[in-house]
Amino acid sequence: MTDVTQDLPLAIEPPPPATSGLVGWLRANLFSSVFNSILTLLAAAFLAVTLPPVIRWALVDAVWSAPNSRACRGAGACWAFIHEKFRFILFGTYPYEQHWRPFVAVLIFLALILASCDRRLWGRRLVLLWLAGLVAVGVLMWGGIFGLSYVGNELWSGLPLTLILAVVGIAFAFPLAILLALGRRSRLPAVRTICVAYIELIRGVPLITVLFMASVMLPLFLPSGVTIDKLLRAQVALILFAAAYLAEVVRGGLQAIPRGQIEAADALGLGYWRRTRLIVLPQALALVIPPLVNTFIGTFKDTTLVIIIGLFDLLGTINASLNDANWRGTSVEAYVFAAAFYFCFCFFMSRYSQMLEREFNKGRRR
Amino acid sequence: MATEIIRRPTRSSPWRNPAIRGIVFQVLFVAAVLALGSFLVHNTVVNLRRQNIASGFGFLDREAAFGIGESLIAYSPADTYARAFLVGLLNTLYVAGLGIVLATILGTVMGIARLSRNWLISKLAQTYVETFRNIPLLLQLFFWWGLLRESAPQPRQAWEPLPDVFVSNRGIVFPVPSPDPVYGWMALGLGVGVVATIGIARWARQRQARTGQQFPTGWVGLGLILGLPLVVFLVSGAPLALDRPELKGFNFLGGHAVSPEFAALLLGLVIYTGTFIAEIVRAGILAVSWGQSEAAMALGLKPGRRMRLIVLPQALRVIIPPMTSQYLSLTKSSSLAVAIGYPDLVSVANTAINQTGQAVEGITMIMAVYLTISLIISALMNIYNRAVALVER
Repeated sequence: MTDVTQDLPLAIEPPPPATSGLVGWLRANLFSSVFNSILTLLAAAFLAVTLPPVIRWALVDAVWSAPNSRACRGAGACWAFIHEKFRFILFGTYPYEQHWRPFVAVLIFLALILASCDRRLWGRRLVLLWLAGLVAVGVLMWGGIFGLSYVGNELWSGLPLTLILAVVGIAFAFPLAILLALGRRSRLPAVRTICVAYIELIRGVPLITVLFMASVMLPLFLPSGVTIDKLLRAQVALILFAAAYLAEVVRGGLQAIPRGQIEAADALGLGYWRRTRLIVLPQALALVIPPLVNTFIGTFKDTTLVIIIGLFDLLGTINASLNDANWRGTSVEAYVFAAAFYFCFCFFMSRYSQMLEREFNKGRRR
Repeated sequence: MATEIIRRPTRSSPWRNPAIRGIVFQVLFVAAVLALGSFLVHNTVVNLRRQNIASGFGFLDREAAFGIGESLIAYSPADTYARAFLVGLLNTLYVAGLGIVLATILGTVMGIARLSRNWLISKLAQTYVETFRNIPLLLQLFFWWGLLRESAPQPRQAWEPLPDVFVSNRGIVFPVPSPDPVYGWMALGLGVGVVATIGIARWARQRQARTGQQFPTGWVGLGLILGLPLVVFLVSGAPLALDRPELKGFNFLGGHAVSPEFAALLLGLVIYTGTFIAEIVRAGILAVSWGQSEAAMALGLKPGRRMRLIVLPQALRVIIPPMTSQYLSLTKSSSLAVAIGYPDLVSVANTAINQTGQAVEGITMIMAVYLTISLIISALMNIYNRAVALVER
């Protein structure tokens, strides 16, 4: 008895294509098919054409210090402009020797924002922390007590102004938004109609018109003799605008609360306001935290529009410094710098909201 | 001894009755809103009278006396304010309409690219989305405008990225086909093709329902829609005269010229909104579970039909509502034109307000126009949404 199979010559197979290591990775991710290979080559060609000139412009050929823009009219970026105007871009027309005050105010804002990202702090403590922080910022910026000289808010500009507009805007819009959302869900027809009309009206028009209205029409609305300054007008417009958008987000959360929760609260004998405060809102708001963060990002980006009614936020101080005759033709550098700042801020917040979303979904999927 | 249940008449105060409380509360609320409203109106009337500003829309018939840089219809400073508003409105609709189409294309391509299994392509798409989504639109507009106005060369040294396309600090010029009567006939051919394709599709669907036989509607339709204009074009001797831009003196003549303002506005709107649309498309495709694709494969559907018949209809259901709000927000964002000097509705109205002082009327008009546009876009998208929505038995 012989083993038949032993005598059959086996065809020599080539080794299987690599599925691990660099080659395997390339094969799976870049060259998995003819079409993919073509796409990869096209993308690589695109990068090869665009990246080197950009890098050369931004880093290699860039001029880092020069007395004016004519001195750095080479091929590269004129970062000397940013170097020269740095203090003005950040703090604008705030008195020069007092710049440490807006600087500390900005640090306070950053610390508060970072603290808000820590979920262990969420609750009453965080609210108190924000109140204390806002008071401290107000004292620092206005001064007039503790030996600080008084600085009127018409001189506030640059980064602190951007942060104040965004933070105060959201802080005041949020409670208004909750009331609007509750009003929209109310069983009382008159209340519901007015809230729906407000929300849809504001969401139907661009922010610019609301800002124009605040800057041109608000003075007409007030009794003669009462004036409010430009900053407050813009702030009111931002609050009224953001509230309508936040209200829709909050409404989404309210709609997601099961009817049983409300019935249970009724069975416990809770009235409307206690039911809302203790049962409905805590659950509804927790549901919509990620979209709330996204709305916050939107509001933060929207603050740039205040320059159209003549305030100098970060983008405004950049525009103002571009008017310097010594630094003509540096707008691309200036806007790239501003873009980098806004990008860092918004990217951080959007990543944070994505993280929250993942964390919250983890619990719900179980 | 029967236990006696004593029913005491419940005599609670009417304040405890939720219906009455509701009415009282509403009356108070409405009264408060009305009081606030009349307070504001009263102040406005008093203030306007004090500043001697006429009210009403009478100013619309007066001569505008300001120029408008670009206009789709004939306009001169001697025309009325009403005409100026119309010019602004048309400019807004033009840039918004073009922006919506281009942003949809860019966003869809980028959304699909982000889902690609090709690492390089998906990373490139992701970089685009993450970068431009996180930079305020106004800043992007300033950037593009600055790039076109300051960094772009004089017309004499204009960049020429494609043959006969010139980019200079006066804007972008590109060649357009010279007008020719044949193009009208080609458009007619296109219309006939579209109508015929719709008819064939209806007939093919009925035949398939009756007999089960399929008909290559897609190919025949494509042939008709592209073929008819092409046949007209070839039969009439293929007139291919292009109106090419040429440098004459200090600027280009001929071709179609786009101002830096318009180019910057369109570029900014498309690139910014495209990022949001990309995310919406990606989320929509991901929302269709993989089981649906597997079921389609089990039925033996080829990839194209699988995409068209199974995945896309379900993805569209998720995509359309957020897409509507992106279209609306693009239209509203086009009002940022005022910051870079493109004469859109807000920009024209702003000039009119500054000249006449009639802020209330001007702002009311802008708001009414945007509200109308918003309502029309959402109504159209709602109709479309109803067509693709889940039909439940």
